[in-house]
Amino acid sequence: MTMNDDAPENETEYVTVLIGQQLFGLPIERVHDVFMPGNLTPVPLASPEIAGVLNLRGRIVTAIDMRRRLGLPDREDKSEAMAVGIDCDGESYGLVIDSVGEVLRLGEQTREPVPVNLDERLARVANCVHRLEHELLVVLDIARLLDLRPSAKAA
Amino acid sequence: MDDLLREFLTETNESLDVVNVELVRFEQDPNNAKILDNVFRLVHTIKGTCGFLGLPRLATLAHAAETLMGKFRDGMTVTGEAVTVILATIDRIKEILDVLEQSHREPEGADSDLIEALDRMAVQSAAAANPQPSAHTVGTLIPQTLERPLQTGEVSLDELERAFREAPGPEAHGRPAAPAAASPARSAAIAPAKEPAKDEDKPETKVASQSIRVNLDTLEKLMTMVSELVLTRNQLLEMARRQTDSEFKGPLQRLSNVTAELQESVMKTRMQPVGNAWQKLPRVVRDLSAELGKQIELEMHGAETELDRQVLDKIKDPLTHMVRNSADHGLETPQERLDAGKPEKGTIRLSAYHEGGHIIIEIADDGRGLDTQKIKANAIAKGLATQSELDKMPEAQIHRYIFAPGFSTAAKVTSVSGRGVGMDVVLNNIDQIGGSVDVKSIAGEGSIFTIKIPLTLAIISALIIEAGGERFAVPQLAVIELVRVKNNTEQRIEYIKDTPVLRLRNKLLPLVHLGRLLSLDSRTEKSVESGFIVVTQVGSRVFGIVVDGVFHTEEIVVKPMATKLRHIAAFSGNTILGDGSVIMILDPNGIAEAVGSNTTSAALASEQAADAAQNEARTSLLLFRAGSPQPKAVPLSLVTRLEEVEARKIELSNGRHLLQYRGQLMPLIRVNDAVRIREDGTQSLLVFSDGMRCMALAVDEIVDIVEDRLSIEIPSEQPGILGSAVIKNEATEIIDVGFFLPQAFADWFRGGEKNAAGARRSLLFVEDSAFFRNMLTPVLRAAGYDVTALGGGEEALALLKAGKRFDIVVSDLEMPTMDGFALAQAIHGHKNGADTPIIALSSMTSPEVIARVRQAGFHDFVAKFDRQGLVAALKEQSAELNQAA
Repeated sequence: MTMNDDAPENETEYVTVLIGQQLFGLPIERVHDVFMPGNLTPVPLASPEIAGVLNLRGRIVTAIDMRRRLGLPDREDKSEAMAVGIDCDGESYGLVIDSVGEVLRLGEQTREPVPVNLDERLARVANCVHRLEHELLVVLDIARLLDLRPSAKAA
Repeated sequence: MDDLLREFLTETNESLDVVNVELVRFEQDPNNAKILDNVFRLVHTIKGTCGFLGLPRLATLAHAAETLMGKFRDGMTVTGEAVTVILATIDRIKEILDVLEQSHREPEGADSDLIEALDRMAVQSAAAANPQPSAHTVGTLIPQTLERPLQTGEVSLDELERAFREAPGPEAHGRPAAPAAASPARSAAIAPAKEPAKDEDKPETKVASQSIRVNLDTLEKLMTMVSELVLTRNQLLEMARRQTDSEFKGPLQRLSNVTAELQESVMKTRMQPVGNAWQKLPRVVRDLSAELGKQIELEMHGAETELDRQVLDKIKDPLTHMVRNSADHGLETPQERLDAGKPEKGTIRLSAYHEGGHIIIEIADDGRGLDTQKIKANAIAKGLATQSELDKMPEAQIHRYIFAPGFSTAAKVTSVSGRGVGMDVVLNNIDQIGGSVDVKSIAGEGSIFTIKIPLTLAIISALIIEAGGERFAVPQLAVIELVRVKNNTEQRIEYIKDTPVLRLRNKLLPLVHLGRLLSLDSRTEKSVESGFIVVTQVGSRVFGIVVDGVFHTEEIVVKPMATKLRHIAAFSGNTILGDGSVIMILDPNGIAEAVGSNTTSAALASEQAADAAQNEARTSLLLFRAGSPQPKAVPLSLVTRLEEVEARKIELSNGRHLLQYRGQLMPLIRVNDAVRIREDGTQSLLVFSDGMRCMALAVDEIVDIVEDRLSIEIPSEQPGILGSAVIKNEATEIIDVGFFLPQAFADWFRGGEKNAAGARRSLLFVEDSAFFRNMLTPVLRAAGYDVTALGGGEEALALLKAGKRFDIVVSDLEMPTMDGFALAQAIHGHKNGADTPIIALSSMTSPEVIARVRQAGFHDFVAKFDRQGLVAALKEQSAELNQAA
């Protein structure tokens, strides 16, 4: 990966996603595909953030419920959920979100650090915030997002 | 990384491993010039390549080692000291290679210590056995000068010149003289270092071109792709099954066969001899014996046994650890051994062999054995068990405490082992790959550690079950049997307080509700009392998993779980089923943990452990009495059902006793005339059935079901009795069900009946899967054959060679080590089997396979699950035999 999402003078492209009314951004080079998370197999005894596992073109993808991950209330209508496919350390993950937006190219001038008073669960996985014209976009850190809990990581 | 460098690293590391092993061998057998040549050549190649790649530090080290070895070759005495220094040099080279691999640069540093030691030894020897090279020099030597000082390993021009003159001259070709001719001069014993040892490699290139080096990633990727292909094929097959008449069926079948073959071939590329994991061990043992002051001999058997490299990687460290343990704790000091009347030299024996779908590795030593008292004391000290618990335990179970975390019996902690991270880590590693470790120890005579691991991790046969609305896969290897349970019947789940148990053949089986274990099932106790129990065995522990439904078995491709899920002990992986959905694979080990280690009674565990070795040879037998106080027995697998019926329901018609049974008339046959069909009370019956037909044997009393080895010691002349065997220390008559079946239905099987004089045809049944063996043996017996069932072609041949003859042979085609084709050839090649008809059994039924089967001399071919087809084929062969006779 040649692009550096934090390079100050470079503009970065983000895939925007909507999770519980809030707009989030994921670095575009980390996003492999966008798919409908159908035929999800729940994994008993897994942490609550894990929505289950599914077969995406022959690969087993671990689906992560982003609402739970970010401490937001569960969706009422599960049928229309979308998922963003990412790879991390050779494993495939699907971030289950409400809907996918557009691709934005954002530069240094709109970038802000994460507000200190942001909800701790959100602040932990946020990289920075961009001031858009009508709303705020929270850029997510994928590595931290997938670091579900220390105990699980150690195991 | 530079391709050249990468290749150099791989190659050199491999060469060094060989050097390690060979040097130790050489030390023991210093007169073996072949080993020395081999070592010398490898080191020489390393040196040459290093020089070529510009790695002076490595080249210098290798050169010094090579020089010393050259002296060995010239006849210097091989001392342990010298070998130690060379081994140390090899280690240093490895260290440098490791750095090189990471940083792509040779690390800074000096090796003067080693080089000096090596040189010193070389000089010592030179003084002892001094060759006189200059004596042969002919002609005038012109002193030549070089612009720079010589590096170690380089040869002065003068020497080159001399070497050139000494070398047998290539008369025919006018070769240019002087330095340019350095290469041809190699044939002289002096080894120049300017070029890599290209020409030395030449004789090998022919062999080498038969195999190529393939990047591991490429292989892994290939494996993944094949797995995908298998899954896609399964999906297609599933779809085709739903359509009744599809033109896709033919091509799909071909695709399926090709996929299966492809899968097999790719799996083969992953197989490596277990010896690869043993390579380090001779060196380890050598170092240990020096360190511990013990004399140790390491024997290795079956190093060529192959297993999946993924598995191989996982057992490398546990194996090393266990060998260290045997050397350190197991073997005594030479003095202790002499005192105990043993040879001074202790032996550690490593052996590997295939058994079913498993590979068994044994690490045996002839040392002092495990110290039961010390283990007991330690178990109490560590709070793992109480004295009274231990008193009740059989020795074998006490020995298992050595696998408990943090358990170390070493009285003194040595640098070798006994650091408290011992056997539990070993057990853990082996657990991870679905294997098990067992220990058998006899005080004063030694211990045997047995590791049982699956051949491959990638594709396994699994039983698909359902619990709490979700489907799961259970590895078939762990499943012993399935039991259906229903409320208000004999087969029901009972509770001791809240613990569910099942009475299974007079034993209590601890149960675990899968749905509840996985928190999927919120239903109350009462409503879950019908379902299936998957009787599962992990090591010596047997327990039942209560599930809601059982579907089918499927070959599944095991995919590792995401790291985020690996902490869940109940699962070992996940897989994609034929219908495209993902399901979790249950880990019997993890579930066994949940069942709790206390639930299996000590008695059961010890019995199982004792049985484990001979399990194969054991048969479940039903004991009963009929007509005499002496017990009689019949293999349980032949009996369909045991019934107690009210005597008045038995009707007499046309001189025969009949019973209305499940909507049809079932004939009752007496085992012998002394048995009286009762007129009141209840009558005990053994019901046998085959397809639609049922018959019952009337007996006086059903005594017991036992597991014992069935070896008929005294054959019987009496019709209906196969012979007598000792079962539970009592002489027992084994009845011949095949004799009674035609009495019930004259046409039960024509083939068997025609053999009037009771001479049943002998049939050899060779099948590596215990499951099929158990399934088909009764079928063959019932078809009137005297069946000898064996697990492999070698055993079959051994029998044949021992002079046994069979009327007919039924053999599986796909078997490890010796397949059906090889067996057929061998049988027909032997005088005792030259014209024995052989029927092939196979799960593959493509026309190609059938053609191959015919060509290989098989008389018939039957698909594995085609019971009727097998019986028909047997009849046909028997008929031909009868005609011939």
